[in-house]
Amino acid sequence: MARNDGKTRIQSKLPATRANKKPRRVLIMVATRKGAWLYHTDATRKTWRADGPHFLGHVLNHLVLDPRDGRTLLAAAKTGHLGPTVFRSTDFGRTWKEAAQSPAFAKAPSGEQGRAVDHTFWLTPGHPSQPGVWYAGTSPQGLFRSEDGGVNWSPFSMVNDDPQYRKWMGTVQDGTPDGPKLHSIIVDPRDPAHLYIGLSGGGVFESTDAGSDWHPLNAGCLATFFPDPEPEFGQDPHCVRMHPLNPDRLYQQNHCGIFRLDRPATRWIDVGGGMPKAVGSIGFPVVLHPRDADTLWVFPMDGSSVWPRTSPGGKPAVFRSTNGGRTWQRQAKGFPAAQGWWTVKRQAMSIDRFDGVGLYFGTTSGEVWASRDEGASWRPIARHLPEIYAVEAA
Amino acid sequence: MSAVHVRIPGLLRSYTDGAERVDLALSAPALLGDGLAELDARFPGLRFRVVDEQGKIRPHIKMFVNAVQARDLATPLPPGAELMIVGALSGG
Repeated sequence: MARNDGKTRIQSKLPATRANKKPRRVLIMVATRKGAWLYHTDATRKTWRADGPHFLGHVLNHLVLDPRDGRTLLAAAKTGHLGPTVFRSTDFGRTWKEAAQSPAFAKAPSGEQGRAVDHTFWLTPGHPSQPGVWYAGTSPQGLFRSEDGGVNWSPFSMVNDDPQYRKWMGTVQDGTPDGPKLHSIIVDPRDPAHLYIGLSGGGVFESTDAGSDWHPLNAGCLATFFPDPEPEFGQDPHCVRMHPLNPDRLYQQNHCGIFRLDRPATRWIDVGGGMPKAVGSIGFPVVLHPRDADTLWVFPMDGSSVWPRTSPGGKPAVFRSTNGGRTWQRQAKGFPAAQGWWTVKRQAMSIDRFDGVGLYFGTTSGEVWASRDEGASWRPIARHLPEIYAVEAA
Repeated sequence: MSAVHVRIPGLLRSYTDGAERVDLALSAPALLGDGLAELDARFPGLRFRVVDEQGKIRPHIKMFVNAVQARDLATPLPPGAELMIVGALSGG
């Protein structure tokens, strides 16, 4: 299996997709607690055109562009009153059409307590060889699949209803405040049957048969909130990423630190120890350089005492590692030097594919920040939005 | 057939082309579940926004049949009934 231990940028031998082509523009998709906004720019990445709100008043947890066709957008939506649904656009949001069958659990047998999807939390396009296939993760935790571009969704019942798998899933006690989530659905670009998922709480799980069978993949990953700090499952991965050109390299920003895994190994390595002690290694998002598997960024948050989940000390900063997590550098030029108490949620940080990659994130206080020099400097490209749940760059 | 008159709240009028009232013709005797099935047949997707996959009325949705709150889909819809769907207070 290929490894990238040095600084050599990886030459892809993976299936070609639009995502691998040289970019000419950037689209930022911002999903918020009260609607969605799209931001367009050209190759200069200097000025941005705002398009929105879409779905004003709807809770949008994720908004994702299909890299395989470059034009299909899926939006995971609900409202305070109405149940969850998925909207689909093939014209960059000029028109939207609702899914015919959005993600929903199987109906429970008579007399049994069934689960109901509260919201779809995560959307992942399928493998390039499977156009039209999408995956969705929900709260309560469930995994769903569409084979027609997001029009109809079916449950992966072996995950959603199997008693063993249900034991892996978080409960109200160890889920996030608005419900346990299935997220970080990852499809190996070399093999459409090789999947990873993250459960908060629950841990990371792997399938090599397109989702029929799953096994925990949590060795080495801490869960200090349990009597056994390294259980087989029960961990809380906040965000898991696979490097797109080196699919053997995984990173996760976890409730208990930052971890790296180089397959075929099955034991995660704690790479958060090099973070400043005053900052710590807790956060939600992690993003990876598209061509360098040793370079990654995190946005730490305060996980001390009662878990304020704010920028540590009120001083927002991104941290970058260029050596696979051994050491970290603070990047905060442009951010408030003090009294900045926002944070960044797990799918609210993203990256483009330009040389001199652009980084983007959205804050809990409704700001979108951008860097076009790999994090060296930052400026806001949008302010005064609702609380931001997701930011995707394409 | 049994006529049922449905008052559509603002949050569902994107499904009814803006209609505030919809009249249904149901086979008698009809239940609330029958009325919602008919609504969904005419306005696809509407039912799942107010009733979950286990057949329960969603937590922040209330339904009234002739001004009496209906707790489940087995509530009878008498001929001439008025069904009122309401989005209850939710969030800030």
